[in-house]
Parts: sequence; C-alpha cells; structure tokens
Amino acid sequence: MPLINAITLLLIYQLAGEVSVRLLGLPVPGPVVGMVMLFITLMIRGQMVKAVEPASSALLGHLSLLFVPAGVGLIVHFNRLGNEWLPISVTLLLSTIITMAVTALVMQWVTRLTARQAPNND
Amino acid sequence: MIEPDLNRIWVYLSASPLLGLTMTLVAYSLAHRLYLRSGSNPVLNPVVTSVTALILFLLATDTSYDDYFDGAQFVHFLLGPATVALAIPLYQQFNKLKQVWLPVTVALVTGVVVGAFSSVAIARLLGASLETQLSLAPKSVTAPVGMAISEQIGGLPSLTAALVVVTGIIGAVIGSKLFDLMGIRDDSVKGIAMGMTSHGIGTARAFQVSAQMGAFSGLAMALSAFLYSVFLPWLLSITGVLG
Repeated sequence: MPLINAITLLLIYQLAGEVSVRLLGLPVPGPVVGMVMLFITLMIRGQMVKAVEPASSALLGHLSLLFVPAGVGLIVHFNRLGNEWLPISVTLLLSTIITMAVTALVMQWVTRLTARQAPNND
Repeated sequence: MIEPDLNRIWVYLSASPLLGLTMTLVAYSLAHRLYLRSGSNPVLNPVVTSVTALILFLLATDTSYDDYFDGAQFVHFLLGPATVALAIPLYQQFNKLKQVWLPVTVALVTGVVVGAFSSVAIARLLGASLETQLSLAPKSVTAPVGMAISEQIGGLPSLTAALVVVTGIIGAVIGSKLFDLMGIRDDSVKGIAMGMTSHGIGTARAFQVSAQMGAFSGLAMALSAFLYSVFLPWLLSITGVLG
C-alpha cells in the first residue's frame, strides 16, 4: 500500500498542477507547478516526505528508463535528421559542452566570490 | 501450417499495447545489464543502447512509431509524476541549498540563457530551419517540460523529446571528462552543471559518481526546468527569435 499511496499523491499534485495551469493561464507546464506545490507542502509539513518517498525513489532511481520511448521517437524524424543532420549534431555537441562548462565556471566563480566575503572562510 | 499461425500472432501483437511496453522494458533491462557488465562505461549508457535496439526492431518489423507508442506511452506517462517527485530531493537538500543559493541561482540563470541562445545561434548559423532551431532551444530541459515548452514556442514536441534524450546522453558521456579537463573537483559544482545541461539522464549518471553530485544534479534539473519554462518564451520573444 505505501507505494500506491505515494503514486496517488504524486498524481494528485500533477493533476492539481495541470488544472491550475489551465485555470490561471500560467506559461509553465503542469508537472512543474505540481512540483512547486509539493515542495511548498513539504516545507510546511515535512513529515509528508515519508508518504511520497517510496514512489519517488522508484521513479527517480530509474529515471533514464522513462526517456526511452521519447528517444525512440527519433525514428519519426529520420527525414529531417537526414536533411539537417549537420546543424543538429554540431549544435547538440557544441551547445551541450558550452552550457555545461559555463554553468560550472559561473557556479565555481560565484562560490569563491561569496566564500571570500564571508568571515571564517579562507 | 505454421506460417499463418505466426502471422496471426503477429497481427495480434502488433495491434496490442502489450508488445511496445514489454519491448521497452526488456530492451532497457538488457541495456542496463550490459552497462553494469561493462563496468558502467558511459558510452554504453542504457538509454543509447535500448533506444538503438528498439529503433532497429521497429525498422526490422516495419512497425510504426504510433503503434509502438501505444504501449510505450505507459512508461512515457511516468515522466509527469517523476517531475513532481523532484520536489522531494529538492526538499531533502534544502538546507545545503540554502547555503549555496546565490551561486546556484546565478549559475542556473546563466545556464538557461547560454543553453537556449547557444543552441538557437549555432543551429541558425549552420542553416537549420526555424522549426528545428526552436525544437533545439529547450534541449536541456527534462522531456515532459521540454516538450511542453517546444509546443508553446512553435517547435516540434516529438523532435524536442528526442533531442532532449540525445543532449542528456552527450552530457552524461562527456561530463566527467570535461570536468577533469577544467580542473573542477567540487561535486556540488559538477552536479549543478550536469543537471542543468543533461537533466534526468545526467542526474542518473551523477548519482553513480556520488550522492552529493546526484542530489545537486536533480536540484539543477528541477530548478532549470522551472526557469526554462518561465523565461524561455519571453527570452525568445524579446530577442526577436520568435518573429
């Protein structure tokens, strides 16, 4: 039962997220609003984490499996990929490297900057 | 007469969601086993091998993606609840996050801007169509959110989904090498950069390196999905990418 209760809770939050996105015309996807709502609930009632934990570790532990059906969707775009394979593959490779490197550098740089300002740090 | 029988079985199987769903799980569990057997070699990322195997299977049996997806959608659907579940690592790491909220926020906002613009700019420079450019813009956002953003800005959601997966794989494969080359040793920095760029697939990889890198990667994936969905449509319209 714990697993079923946990999945039910996650689905209720997703549903609430989807409904409020549509009601309020928010520019954010429903599951993201559901995530924010669950996060706020947990901040208020921390003990609820035990109720959702079983499903989350099952889902997040095998997160990569969930991407497989979407990945197989490449098959639908073989034509476009055939015509635009060069810009697509160069973009994916370069932009991924650039984004990852810049994010890491900025985080490292700001961390050092704030650590220097704080007392008791080297 | 064996052949008509096999035929009938195939007609049944190809019309039922059972085959697509089972194939997805079988392909993934074999791919995962292969990955573990290889000593977790990032090139044998289970998403790469299972997606390749499934595409070859669909081509060999002349099965359409729609028929396959009738079954696979049950797995795909779980991306929604999985996105909601990201609130949990976020909550559990909240104390750690509070201490580093400034570097994390600055890094993620920069990452969103750089990620979106580098992909649109490089694709445009190399002559990709506008639809392709827009489908590439949310390539670092976890699939369900990335697809929703793509639809909103005029990309092709199913193309975005596939590009999201490839981006995740690239990041998971090159991440550790890149961080070594750059001399970055802090697991929280590595995790943030990994989750920002390569969402869930990168996070799965990060958890193998350390629990701390995994938690920060999950955090970056959740926060960047939120930032992308709020800022990307706006960023693209003020910079004139969206006419």
